[in-house]
Amino acid sequence: MGASQTRYEDQDQHQDQHQNQDLADKTGFSLEQIRNLNNRFQQLSGNEETISRKVLDGVPALANNPIRKQIIEAFFDKRNQRQDEVGSCQEIGFQQFLMVMSHFRPPTLKTTAEEKEALRREKLRFLFNMHDTNNDGTITLLEYRKVVEELLSKSSAIGQEAARAIADAAMLEVASTNVPHMAPEDFYEGITFEHFEQILKGLEMETRMHIRFLDVSTTAMTCGKSTS
Amino acid sequence: MEVSTARRTGLVLIVFACSSLLHGSRGENSPKPTGSVTLLPPIVPDDGPQAFPDAEKANMPVFTMDYPRIQIPFEITMWILLASFAKIGFHVYNKITVWVPESCLLITIGLIVGAIMHSVHEEPPAVLNSNVFFLYLLPPIVLDSAYFMPTRPLFENIGTVLWFAVVGTLWNSIGIGMSLFAICQIEAFGVQDINLQENLLFAAIISAVDPVAVLSVFEDVSVNEQLYIVVFGECLFNDAVTVVLYNMFNFVAEMPVVEPVDVFLGVARFFVVGLGGMGFGILFGFTAAFTTRFTSRVREIEPLFIFMYSYLAYLVAELFSISSIMAIVTCALTMKYYVEENVSQRSCTTIRHVVKMLGSISETLIFFFLGVVTITTEHEWNWGYILFTLLFAFVWRGLGVLVLTQIINPFRTIPFNMKDQFGLAYGGLRGAISFALAFTLPENIGRKQLFITATIAVILFTVFLQGISIRPLIEFINVRRTNRNLDTINVEVHCRLMEHTMAGIEDLCGQWSHFYWKDKFMKFNNRILRKILIRDNRAESSIVALYKKLELQSAMEILDTVSGDISAAPSVVCLSEDKKGSAKPRKKFLAPDLKSMHEILSKNMYKIRQRTVAYTTKHALPNESQSREILIRRHASIRRSIRPGSFQSSTPSKSHKYFSLPAGKNLDSKFPPVRQSDTDDQETMSEAAYPSRHSRSVQPVRSSSSSRAMMPLRRLDTLTEVHSVDMVDESSGQDRGRPGRGTSRTNSASGDPQIPVRHRHGDNESGSADRSAEEEQRPSLAPPSWAVEPRDEAARNPLLRRPQWNSKV
Repeated sequence: MGASQTRYEDQDQHQDQHQNQDLADKTGFSLEQIRNLNNRFQQLSGNEETISRKVLDGVPALANNPIRKQIIEAFFDKRNQRQDEVGSCQEIGFQQFLMVMSHFRPPTLKTTAEEKEALRREKLRFLFNMHDTNNDGTITLLEYRKVVEELLSKSSAIGQEAARAIADAAMLEVASTNVPHMAPEDFYEGITFEHFEQILKGLEMETRMHIRFLDVSTTAMTCGKSTS
Repeated sequence: MEVSTARRTGLVLIVFACSSLLHGSRGENSPKPTGSVTLLPPIVPDDGPQAFPDAEKANMPVFTMDYPRIQIPFEITMWILLASFAKIGFHVYNKITVWVPESCLLITIGLIVGAIMHSVHEEPPAVLNSNVFFLYLLPPIVLDSAYFMPTRPLFENIGTVLWFAVVGTLWNSIGIGMSLFAICQIEAFGVQDINLQENLLFAAIISAVDPVAVLSVFEDVSVNEQLYIVVFGECLFNDAVTVVLYNMFNFVAEMPVVEPVDVFLGVARFFVVGLGGMGFGILFGFTAAFTTRFTSRVREIEPLFIFMYSYLAYLVAELFSISSIMAIVTCALTMKYYVEENVSQRSCTTIRHVVKMLGSISETLIFFFLGVVTITTEHEWNWGYILFTLLFAFVWRGLGVLVLTQIINPFRTIPFNMKDQFGLAYGGLRGAISFALAFTLPENIGRKQLFITATIAVILFTVFLQGISIRPLIEFINVRRTNRNLDTINVEVHCRLMEHTMAGIEDLCGQWSHFYWKDKFMKFNNRILRKILIRDNRAESSIVALYKKLELQSAMEILDTVSGDISAAPSVVCLSEDKKGSAKPRKKFLAPDLKSMHEILSKNMYKIRQRTVAYTTKHALPNESQSREILIRRHASIRRSIRPGSFQSSTPSKSHKYFSLPAGKNLDSKFPPVRQSDTDDQETMSEAAYPSRHSRSVQPVRSSSSSRAMMPLRRLDTLTEVHSVDMVDESSGQDRGRPGRGTSRTNSASGDPQIPVRHRHGDNESGSADRSAEEEQRPSLAPPSWAVEPRDEAARNPLLRRPQWNSKV
């Protein structure tokens, strides 16, 4: 499918510029970054317009990531695509891809404190969405356990039992920090986003959740090309 | 304040006594030729061995004194002792060290001792020469910094660290050297005889930054990780750069003419020296790690390997005159991770303690000498030169940070803002290394005295002025801070989650940055390095590490409990055995067992801090609190073992019968209320009988186990209900059916294992609440009321534990 690639690179330069400018305004990426990400997107999708889960599943660089499923799912999660929709889609286009990526833009020197706070919330929301798969606004113990199990699945020394116990302990911790005076018959359904924010309150996010999107193209160096 | 001044005077008296002792003894012995063979001055006669027939002189000497023989080690010991006393002195009154850095205080004490020595016309000991410094004093300091360097943030910021350490030091040395050379051309100052090489040499000396004082301030106000690590790393690596520069300029300063080719050779040498040092460090680091793989049978010499290998790396690097500091730093960084997994817990502690101790002694001595030398040596005071040195040192540092940050910022994901830059620039204190380098300058430098004076001036100025003012300033401008005291499971889980997410997303967008490299390295590490270097080479995620620690703690607790009251406690071990058992009993135990396990876990969570050794003060060991805590709990358990034993022996059959309660029997019927309150009563009595011992840790135990046990349990109860239908259905149904009994039993079940834990928890988190709860509870525990609420007492009684699965059948 050389057609779509040439469309982005040679032919309709003006319209391309315009479109990219639009995306840049929406996401905050620079034009170079968008071009780079677009190249990568084309590379991943094999010059298709959209990417499906299967394609991302096949990325070899991702093969060893314990939470591969969650990461891929995050790309198809409409909540992460800034469109005020819920649910998940089967395929994503470049714009959605970019939207998800834009969660991880690092702050610059010009970012104000409020903007940083907003970014932080956004990143927390992203994490929260990774847990909250059924989109009911709470992370239930079952959901939490699943993530922890996945997270530990690569280390052979630890069994599912322990992973489960860790998740339970973590959950209990959330419950005890957020609802310190619970009546005996109360029932903690799950972590809401507010509680989620609460438990990670002191954690510094801005140094952790970001990627440096390079201005120069590095796709030539990557070995992460999807299998044909 | 009065107390502290009194102590201060006491301290000064001690100091005076020590120094007068030194002085007196030396005064007596100094005229003697130390090199002579007369080892026993009082008895050896002038005519030597030929006095054989002289019978009366061969008498056995009753008392002899041989000071010259022990003089050097004796004096060194006394100096170290003196310096250590001084350190004890500062920490008697804590508030001093908060506001005044320790180095300031040490220098002050040094100044006082120097003044005393000066007043009695005593020379300072000629201990500090170039060899002593480089071979004995410097390695411990560097090893200390390197061993306690938080590795992970270091590698996340390695580019910036090296940039500031290498380029920043070069910038400072060349900038200050050139400007001073320009100053030297002004006739009015009368220092025209200092040539460019010597100026550069001097500038290299005073550009060694040593922000020990600043680091402790940074840690106290918990500035952001990036700033902290850059300052820490800078001080580590710029020692290496400074020493290389020093040697280079020292060499150059002796050359009559410098040709351009020498400059290129110098640059080439710079790289050879730096990279060569790194190479040796890595080599020896891996060797050390590999060696400790085989030391499981000889635990007692384990710590030795660490010191010997790092020292060996240092010496070998010195042998080839490449950067020995670089070698020891890389050696320590390389081996630390592997060694700490290989060696036993005890050896690990020993290593840490000794590293800390040696480093802190070296540094203390150097600062102390600085004070003494400041007073006792002759100074060549040149206002112009010294003032301009101060000015340039300050200005070039500031400029350097400003310019270098502008260059590095585009490459950093989190750029340094102006406040960070201020912290970086203002944190540039000069310290021990500068002084030692200046003091060990070769004699053929014409203006050595002036250089020493100027270096001391710079050090005193920066340490006192900047060191004292940096805390208020940092707090005033409100540098971005990081909360470091988070070590909850959730935070851990999410840190890992974020890391993996980032690595995954980077893979997806096809860009490499440190997450990518970290991933690659971890893979390589897990596949190859760990297999070679670590005995028990299962890869372990940090969550698991944390969890294991928890488990270890609870296991320990259970051990304590078991030793206290026989076999009554549920142990994690036995829980897991239960789980491995047949499917039927498993279903019965699992829910309550898990409950109590989680309870243990969740309560433990509060104190398990400092999983990573991340931030350590220069003078304090990490992880101290943890070990102390375990110690306290040991005490608690001993106390407990005394307590129940005293009454168990009186009614052994009853309690035994109770523990082995047959399935399906009702607990309460088996257990008459009278007896419950009786034991309870005795407990209160015994508690009252030992009021002096850890009263604050004992008291909340009861109250917390009684008042707090309820809520978390119920919570967990419901938690488990949500998800796992497989195991909770019946127990939850039961709980529902018999709410009152169910809760009381689960309380009694899980209340006990946390008793040792609880008091910590209570102390920490909800001490006040517990205390108030305790106030309410107390009256009800009093003897007259025992008959009133037997049921509740059953819940609280530490003897009634764990049998609830029996009753559930």
